[in-house]
Amino acid sequence: MRFHRITLVALLVALAGALAVVSPATASHEIVIGMQCDRTGATQIVGTVLCPGFHDYVALVNSKGGVGGHKIKALEIDHEYKVPPAVESYERHKKEGAVTMAVYGTPHIYALAAKLTEDRIPGTSPGFGSAAAADGIRYPYIFPIAATYWSQGTAAVDFVKKQLGTLKGKKIAFIFYDNPAGREPIEVLQDLAKIEGFEIKMFAVPPPGVEMGAQVLDIAQRFRADFVIGHLFGGAPGVSIKEFKRVGYPLRKFVSFVWGSAEVNIEAGGGFAAAEGYYTMQFAGVGEDFPVLNEIKDMYKKQGKPVPKEMASTVYYNRGVLIGALHVEAIRHAVAAKPDGKITGVDTKAGFEKISNFTLGGLVPPLKITAADHEGGGLVQIWQVKGGKFVKVTDWYAAYPDVVAKHIKAAGTK
Amino acid sequence: MIQRECGVLKTSYEADMALYPLPIARWTMGALAVIFFGILPLTLHEYYLSIANLVWIAVIGALGLNILVGYTGQVSIGHGAFMSVGAYTAANLATRLDSPWPVNILAGGLMAAAVGAVVGIPSLRIKGLYLAIATLAGQLIIEWIINHVTFISGGVQASIEVPRPRLGAIPLSSQRQMYFFLLVFVVLAIVATLNLVRSRIGRAFIAVRDQDIAAEIIGIDIFRYKLLAFAISSFYAGVTGVLYTYFLGIANYEQFQINVSIDYLAMIIVGGLGSVLGSVLGAAFVTLLPIVIRLGMEAFGGVFLEPQTVLNLIPNLRLMMFGALIIFFLVVEPEGLNRLWRNIRNYFRIWPFAY
Repeated sequence: MRFHRITLVALLVALAGALAVVSPATASHEIVIGMQCDRTGATQIVGTVLCPGFHDYVALVNSKGGVGGHKIKALEIDHEYKVPPAVESYERHKKEGAVTMAVYGTPHIYALAAKLTEDRIPGTSPGFGSAAAADGIRYPYIFPIAATYWSQGTAAVDFVKKQLGTLKGKKIAFIFYDNPAGREPIEVLQDLAKIEGFEIKMFAVPPPGVEMGAQVLDIAQRFRADFVIGHLFGGAPGVSIKEFKRVGYPLRKFVSFVWGSAEVNIEAGGGFAAAEGYYTMQFAGVGEDFPVLNEIKDMYKKQGKPVPKEMASTVYYNRGVLIGALHVEAIRHAVAAKPDGKITGVDTKAGFEKISNFTLGGLVPPLKITAADHEGGGLVQIWQVKGGKFVKVTDWYAAYPDVVAKHIKAAGTK
Repeated sequence: MIQRECGVLKTSYEADMALYPLPIARWTMGALAVIFFGILPLTLHEYYLSIANLVWIAVIGALGLNILVGYTGQVSIGHGAFMSVGAYTAANLATRLDSPWPVNILAGGLMAAAVGAVVGIPSLRIKGLYLAIATLAGQLIIEWIINHVTFISGGVQASIEVPRPRLGAIPLSSQRQMYFFLLVFVVLAIVATLNLVRSRIGRAFIAVRDQDIAAEIIGIDIFRYKLLAFAISSFYAGVTGVLYTYFLGIANYEQFQINVSIDYLAMIIVGGLGSVLGSVLGAAFVTLLPIVIRLGMEAFGGVFLEPQTVLNLIPNLRLMMFGALIIFFLVVEPEGLNRLWRNIRNYFRIWPFAY
């Protein structure tokens, strides 16, 4: 009996020793990015293209030896655009040791904001989410890293101003998806209407956003808008193109926010020929003419595999590359400070705040993320549907920074 | 629970009215208590506890819905909205008046009960599918009100950040702390429901479900009991909403949309209508199944396919398997997981001497 006990103890000690030797060796050389995705839910037309872009960029970095010799692992979990799976995937990512999280979806960044801050892991909300989170002092671990809906609103008004010459006395319609994300820019637009002296009227499209005939008719024939700003999601942008076309409203007087701006939206609206003139707002470069995309193609060719078909849908694919690249860039800064690769969320937060002038040959805007400004400037480009493809109309720009700053400040004191 | 009633003699009314009259049932409950309060939270990683927490929240909501649908026979597709009523009531109290969490949970539950009773008024005239549509209207109206009335929603984003609940000086924020916090409410909800359904009120509910005209003839006030069922059920929903808000640290109306109502209906139908154990099993099944399927796919999918293909396949295949498994279980046993468990139990009750 005594002998058995000794053997058992010896075995346990040996096992513990083996585990102790094995586990640090496997843990150190892989840096994990927690990545949420929606390939099956309400916004699947975004996720099925955006997520492969993210993975391809990470694979490209790994094929070049990773970051400072450490491989990057993007652990993707699909949350079907539902909150409980997003919470579960957050905890899973945390368990796997994620040092940064690519959150996807406005409700999900809201649901995870408290957790991210408590656990001190930076989470990104590119092009969606709470615009107030641009305030890095109040939300130290939330990083919009792309133009928020407030910045998109000011940029849209500025663009309209340039198109119409002046805004004084003009009529602008804002057609939006009636949910919190859709309503977010309203306050900013109303503010700008006062400053610039134009009339703005809000047209809500109730979820799921496929029925907007009445609103569009109102905009075109009763309100007679001089310009329309659209802020719709999912299948709604395609419907809006069809409806405006049907009532004969010229699409060259329509500018869409970033989630109604992709090839798939245009195709859903009847194709590029039908949507001629439609202006779109972008927070990542459009088209295949970027060195980083050629490198990804070369990587696939070298492996003897066909180039993924998602690359043809450049708007969302390039956004995936942009989001992946900014995460990797934050990790790069963090690893530069800690070359052994044992970085934590605190290090990646500091890494994000060092990102500046990282453009990937024009695919990424020249962001400057600081400890106070987690949005990085709120830069966008406007592209127009012209002759069967997107044509660049403006370079990176941001407008009315004082108005956005005022609203961020007001949100902070609320 | 597995039990043999042979040789159990009851000598007092108390013994006859005990929740678990058989020793083996009491031992099982004791063992389960040790597992869920001791062994699991002290050994599992926080990730698994976070899944457990999602199950606990679902259990309370499913119990409430089962009281209404399973025991009283009134359909509701508005439970997501009743949860949001509780959530926003508590969030507003917590941020405006700085009130403590026990008050908020109670207030959230009561407010949801009041709203639920109002939405339940059509149940006095209509039944079945018609009532389902009436409650659906309730869901949409409540969603719209929360979405647009900034006094309730706290701004256009319809999100209110809520401070963590505190136990003395300790804020409950980690998944492990939340686990215990939520589990207490799960136990309260289960015990309350078990006792409710065998009380006078519970028997009245069942009578209304089985044949409301007959129930009225034997002296049950239909008006009162139908609305009471809506109120009690909505109280559970409201508490679920408050707990969910505390769990996430934020009240956001997009967490309580119509698909949530349907998920909860799926839980009680898969688990078993009119059964407490069924609510628990159904909530666990619907919450855990997608996670288990994904973990399995991640482990074995890479054997056959490219990693990128697997990533695209997992979520789609998971949805299909989820649907297929629900159909499978309903075909195998239309009365749900609870009935499946009872069949197994009855088999072993006389095992190995089956006749």
